[in-house]
Formats: sequence, C-alpha cells, structure tokens
Amino acid sequence: MKHLTPGRYATVVLLLLLLLALAVVLGVALGPSRLGLSEVAAALAGRGEGAATDIVWGIRLPRVALAGLVGACLSLAGVVFQALLRNPLADPFILGVSGGAALGGIAMLSLGGLLGLGYAAVPPAAFVGAMVATGLLYLVAGVGARVSAANLLLTGVVFNAFASAAIVFLASAAGLTEGARIFLWLVGNLSAARIDVAPWLVVFLVLGAGAALTLSRSLNVLALGDEAAEQLGVPVALHQRILLLATSLMVGAAVSVAGLVGFVGLIIPHLLRLIVGPDHRLLVPAAALGGAAFLIVCDTAARTLLGGRELPVGAITAIVGGPLFLVLLRRHHLRVLSG
Amino acid sequence: MTRGLEMSGVAVALGGREVLRGVDLAVAPGEIVGLVGPNGAGKTTLLRVASRVLVPDAGDVRFDGRPLSDYRRRELSRRLAVVPQDTAIPFPFRAGELVVMGRVPHQPLTGFDSADDIAHSRAALDRMGIAHLADRSVFSLSGGERQLVSFARALAQEASLLLLDEPTAFLDLRHRVELLRVVAELAAAGRSALVVSHDLNLAARTCDRLAVLHGGVIAASGPPADVLTRQLLADVYGVEAEILTDADGRPVAIPRL
Repeated sequence: MKHLTPGRYATVVLLLLLLLALAVVLGVALGPSRLGLSEVAAALAGRGEGAATDIVWGIRLPRVALAGLVGACLSLAGVVFQALLRNPLADPFILGVSGGAALGGIAMLSLGGLLGLGYAAVPPAAFVGAMVATGLLYLVAGVGARVSAANLLLTGVVFNAFASAAIVFLASAAGLTEGARIFLWLVGNLSAARIDVAPWLVVFLVLGAGAALTLSRSLNVLALGDEAAEQLGVPVALHQRILLLATSLMVGAAVSVAGLVGFVGLIIPHLLRLIVGPDHRLLVPAAALGGAAFLIVCDTAARTLLGGRELPVGAITAIVGGPLFLVLLRRHHLRVLSG
Repeated sequence: MTRGLEMSGVAVALGGREVLRGVDLAVAPGEIVGLVGPNGAGKTTLLRVASRVLVPDAGDVRFDGRPLSDYRRRELSRRLAVVPQDTAIPFPFRAGELVVMGRVPHQPLTGFDSADDIAHSRAALDRMGIAHLADRSVFSLSGGERQLVSFARALAQEASLLLLDEPTAFLDLRHRVELLRVVAELAAAGRSALVVSHDLNLAARTCDRLAVLHGGVIAASGPPADVLTRQLLADVYGVEAEILTDADGRPVAIPRL
C-alpha cells in the first residue's frame, strides 16, 4: 500500500522548488534588453554594476515576484475550490469573487479619473469588489449549516453574469484609453502591476496557503461527500467556511493585481494531480509552487515574444492552457463531468 | 448505564414530508440489527439520525447512555462508523488512500499517517480480501470493489458500532457472504451493527433482530422468524410470499410472481 511518506513529500517539494528557481532565473534573464547570463548572475549575487543591476533588481525581479505570487494564489485557489465543490471543473473565478474584483477594478479604471484617483487606486477598488462578492457568498452559504455546493455555484454564476453586464456597461461608457485598459484587465495582465502591492499578496497567500495546508486532510475527506466527511469527524461547516473565506480573499488579492488570468487555477491543479496524486497534503504545496513557476514562465513569454511590445499574460496562459487541458482530458479521462 | 445505540420517539420531517414518526430502535453491543422496508420507508434517514448528520425534530438518541448531541464530533466518529451508499468520488484517490481516511477521527488535523494508521488500514484491506486493490485508482474500481473499500474504511475506523447502508447491494454472492461473515465476527467480539438491506433472506440469516420500517414507523421488530411472516410481507411490500425455514430455523421468503 503506497502512502505519503516524509521522503516522498520532501522529494516532490524540492523538485518543484528547483523548477520554481529555474523559472525565476529564466524570468530574470530574459527581457527586451539583452543581458548576458554572467551579468544576470553577477547582479543577482550583488556584485553587478550599472544598468544590468538596475534592470534585474528594479524591473525584472519585481515582475517575476508578482507573477509568482499571483500564479501561486490562483493555482492554490483552484485546488481548494475544486475540493470544496467536489468538482474538478471549478476554477478560482467560478464563485463570483473574480467578477466582484473585476467590477470593482474596472469601476475605478473608468470612473477613477473623475474622482482624481490614479491607477494606483485600482487594486484596492478591485479588492473591495472581491470582498463584496465574498460577503454575498457567505450570505448564501447561511450560518451554521453545511455549505451547499450547488447554491455556491449558482450564486457565483449569477454574480459573474451580473458583473460582466455591469463591466460591459462601464466599458461602453468609458473612453477609448480606458476601454483598452479594461480589455487588458479582463484578459489578465501584469504589465501595469506595481511591486508595492506585493506585500499584500504575500499576506493573503500566506493566509490562504496556511488554511489549505492546515486543513489539507479535511480537503481529502470532503471528496467522500459532506455527510461522509462529517461522519469521519470533520467539522464540515466550520472547515468549509474557513477555506471559503481564506481562498476568496486570496483570489480577490490576485485578481486585484493581475486581472482575470485564466487557466492557471484549472490546468495546474489537474496536471499536478496527475503527477503527485490527489492527496491534498502534497497537492496544496505542489500547486502553489507549480502555479508560481507556470505564471512566471508565461509572463516571461508575454514580455519577450513580441520583442518590445508586451502581450497580456492571460492570453499566453489561455493559449497554452486550453489545448493542454484538452490533451489531459483525452489522455487521462479526467472525470470533469461526474461528481 | 445502558450501552449501544438507543433511539426513542424519533421524528423527522424533510421538505414538509414526515419521513419518520415515533421510531424506537436499539442496538446492543454484540448485536446485529437488520433494518428493512420498502424504498422510501425512511431507512437511510434513520441511519443519518443515528450518525448525527441529521438532527431529529423530536425524540431521544443516545449512544452508550449519553445523548448523541453531547459527543464531540471526533469522539463520536471514533465509536460509530458509517458505510454509506455508493458515492461518486471526484478525484482519483487510490483505494488505500480511501481506507486510511477511516483513521481521520484518530488523527491530528494535519500531518503524515502514523505507522499505526497504516497498519490498521492494511489489516482492514487484508480482512476484506482487497489488499491487491490498494494502489488502484478509485476510478478503475467496480461498484462492488468500491463497496468493499468503503467497508474496509469503516473497519480501519475501529468503531464499536457500524451503520451500514445497503453494504451488499453491488456485491456478488461470495463477497456478500464474506462481508456479512466479517460483520458477524465483529459482533462476536462485542461490536455491533445496524444494517440496512433489501435482501430479506440474507438479513434474516445474519441479523439477531430485524426491524421493519414502513411509512416512517416501525411496523414490526424482533427475531427474524417472528418478523418475516406472510402477513407482514403482504402488508408492507404488498407481495405474496411463501415462508420456508432453513436448517438453522431461520426464515426464507420466496415471493410468488
């Protein structure tokens, strides 16, 4: 009988850390200005000088850090929502938190100018939107009772539809420049993100990852169904609420910074489940590391593929993620439609 | 202090419909009680009440003399294990991983499984004769194999009372007999079981007592030979049947077509 041993755990986590380190090096080494590997290495080691050091520390590392944090948040949120909803098709955006964040952010993008507020006000506004959506989820979830997955899903779908309609309204009313920004936001984009939001991302990632790691055994047992989990001694209602809240905040933070970067939260959990298995004790840290590495690589591609011009990273994740998901589906018969 | 499970006057309404009314049922240590009755009679609802995932609208439920509501959830789960009807599992857990989940009420919130947890799970797999399935994904198991895995999980849980919801529904004859033999061995060792079953004859062979649930009330209860009568089958199932007696004095019902 195979089971999760400390040795296997350490091996997987170390390999993924290595992968993440490679992604970071790649992300720092590549960019519109050509830097030699030796220059990059020197800059990273603190021995570099001049422009190379400025580019590495001032531009590329912050961007890589943001991509990594957003990727980790989204991938982890995918794992948790899939387990909570017992649905492998769930992604971080399914419960409407992202719709709320997008609406908040875009309201600020299109109306902020009138209030004399700049782009820096967008992430906080997006986060407020995410909080409102989370509050709505809690209202629907009710107090005390176990949370009904169907109710959550329906609320999310309806809220996302409402948010989309409101966004279309705002985008139509907005000028051409704001309209383009709104489009980039909806696709998912890191080019306008500012490094000073990184500490907030770290806070919410730590909260979300902490909840998921602490309750990883409960996440496993929830696969058996809410009642079966309860019968195995899991305080289902409490654990569902903690996970729902911590994960929603994490999604809200990620979307506030990067907009709706799709597929990270769907494809990385599935891919890692195939490689490391569905045990959440290992899947949770693996998804965080894997999601970080994946988005760093995708964002590096977004920055470099067109030379001087940037692509929105969400376009890259969708172009890579869509076909990959279909291949996985076909090869491994992911049970995306059952349960 | 009385031991085992005692339910008295249990009433439950679901969606405005009375599912259970004034149900009294007890399962003493060492006893196997069969819960039979037509579809929709309230059998699964009664098991949900017994495992406290459903709180009855009225009535008293006690386990080992203490009201069920007094137990901490984990404490209750260490004493009382449920084998539910087949549920779809959304992720490709291995059979062994599913069995170790039976150890959850004995484990801390997170961490690796202890040697003790692994040993209990291995023993449960062995006892059900499914050690060879341990590393197979649940997606590749048949309905019957999944049922044996669920039962092994309940064994790994080491509870003194097993609540079994049609545990033999998907099993072939040999595995039915084997599963019920394990239940009988557990009972001989002082544990007890409440078994929901549609197989009246197998229930009559295995159980010390049968309780017949019909329209939310207990229509009859007692030793199988007293309960399984022509009259009862006609009243409860609307089926005409011949009742034979086997070599051990247990009743065997043969419905007329």
